[in-house]
Amino acid sequence: MSVEAHEFVSIPSNLPEETIPEAARRRLSSPWASFVVIVITVLWTIPTLGLLITSIRPKEQAQNSGWWTFFSDPTATLSNYSEVLTGGDVIPGGITPYFFNSMAIAIPATIFALVIACMAAYALAWIPFKGSTFIFFAIFALQVVPLQMALLPLLQMFNKGWSLGPIPIFPDLNKAGSAQSLFAGTYIPLWIAHTMFALPIAIFLLHNFIGQLPRELMEAARVDGASHFLIFRKLILPLSIPAIASFAIFEFLWVWNDLLVALTFAGGTPDVAPVTAYLANIKGTYGAQLHLITAGAFIAIVIPLIVFFALQRFFVRGLLAGSVKG
Amino acid sequence: MDELVNGLSKVGNALAAVAIVLAILLIVFFLASRAKGRAQGPIAGVVFLGPAVLLLIYGLVVPAFRTTAGSFQDANGKEFVGLANFGWIFTAPGNSTFLINTVLWIIIAPVLSTALGLTLALLLDRMKRESISKSLIFMPMAISFVGAGIIWGLVYEYRDPAQPQVGLLSQVVMWLGVDDPPNWLLWQPFNNFLLMIIMIWIQVGFAMVVLSAAIKAIPGDVIEASELDGATGWKQFSKVTIPMIRGTLIVVLTTIMIAVLKIFDIVRTMTNGNFGTQVVANEMYAQSFVAFDVGRGSALAVVLFLGVTPIIIYNVIQLRKERSVR
Repeated sequence: MSVEAHEFVSIPSNLPEETIPEAARRRLSSPWASFVVIVITVLWTIPTLGLLITSIRPKEQAQNSGWWTFFSDPTATLSNYSEVLTGGDVIPGGITPYFFNSMAIAIPATIFALVIACMAAYALAWIPFKGSTFIFFAIFALQVVPLQMALLPLLQMFNKGWSLGPIPIFPDLNKAGSAQSLFAGTYIPLWIAHTMFALPIAIFLLHNFIGQLPRELMEAARVDGASHFLIFRKLILPLSIPAIASFAIFEFLWVWNDLLVALTFAGGTPDVAPVTAYLANIKGTYGAQLHLITAGAFIAIVIPLIVFFALQRFFVRGLLAGSVKG
Repeated sequence: MDELVNGLSKVGNALAAVAIVLAILLIVFFLASRAKGRAQGPIAGVVFLGPAVLLLIYGLVVPAFRTTAGSFQDANGKEFVGLANFGWIFTAPGNSTFLINTVLWIIIAPVLSTALGLTLALLLDRMKRESISKSLIFMPMAISFVGAGIIWGLVYEYRDPAQPQVGLLSQVVMWLGVDDPPNWLLWQPFNNFLLMIIMIWIQVGFAMVVLSAAIKAIPGDVIEASELDGATGWKQFSKVTIPMIRGTLIVVLTTIMIAVLKIFDIVRTMTNGNFGTQVVANEMYAQSFVAFDVGRGSALAVVLFLGVTPIIIYNVIQLRKERSVR
């Protein structure tokens, strides 16, 4: 999904908060600027509007006339949605199981990545040890490894285990006497893979935030005899909620919208595959059934859109999170 | 109804798995926090940092080495073939298509996204009410590439000119007086640019939001001083605004470049790399998972890796500079 690798953006933070005074801004505001922006906004919104309108048109009309004719001939139906949700004459299997798969993949993957990244970020920021700066930069630099590079070996690891000569470094998880991995048909490989791929950026972002918490606070807690674990649970987690929320939104959207990891580790079966895999599949197989494809696509994007519009403030803050450097 | 129950129970199971993992973590925390004296620090360090480091080693570091090793082996990963796979990438007839396309993608999509995002950020800066436009232009970022592919599939849909049109682009072109619009996605080499438009549609919002924040962070007195000196319009833009946000501009550009280099979903859902639209990331997927040529797939992943490396190194250098300033 598109937010991948977007999170480490920074804006110059040494600049004061003060912006252009209101008077100056009002003077600068001009009607043609508004006009251009409105034109671009309309252009940017029309494709999605087309999707929504096509998805509520009856089959014949959706396939034989443009969606804009809806305005002269407004016939709407919800039957496309009911067919794509449960399956019907055209597409045998519905989207419903995949929709729940997406939930069952995205929610745990987001939580695991966040918890592990928070812990690592705390250790790197507040537990002094030799080489912590090096580890921090090494983790940041791991973004260099494209997903594509890790997929095949990870798949092998889950299926056959890894060993370095005779020394097993990851166990062979095959059930005795079968070629099926214990993980097959479960969400576990997806959770693990998504968590692994999220860590570099998550640790970087959360470290930026957690490292900025007031030193006196940590020292006072240490002096009072609080262990690192107590500090982490009672101080760090509550204070880091804003950063955690921003990253949670990112990670949730990323996992929900992912196709590559899903295709690799879940295939296309209704047991574990998410909505993106379903969509890619029906687009390839039933591409001509515009009324169903569009309804399916809208079901798949409605959750991200709700998350996006409801939590946009956090989302933007996450985008700019690199700026907490100061 | 069954599907609903089934789906909800899957989500319930996934949440139970989360609860179990968190409970285990709490128990580990509890045990580790009982450590006394000098062992406390190191134990806390291992507990906090251990999971992340293990996951990163298994998920990214080892796979990167294995993929690199695989790129020097044959299709089954059995025999060492030297640089043959790389030789194939760069010399085999037909491969120039995906190499040239990838280069075009890396240059055109990020530059246009950033330029348009900058234009919008500047225009928005002159508007009183900006939030609705901003949200709508930003919205595509929440939509998956697969969803975007279906949305834009409707725009590029081809029908015989004698028939009523379903695709918006064909219809608009016909309204403008062209009687015979091409079959857009088969229209080489321009179909590549039509695919890039989808990426630009997604990325402009990102560029706009980040650059808009950077522009707002320019101190008001700098703008006023430049106006007193007689700088307005283009001069102010090129001599004041651009230099002040240069760092952010570069970060936005490189971030989109990394995303574009790994672009896979758009090409896969729109054309599956046919009709002269193949790119490295999708060719890598096709070689690894369709043709089952692990050697070539790995070599393509290594090419992606080598492409991302300079950009990440640049970002690490920037980061170190910012850190040392602090």
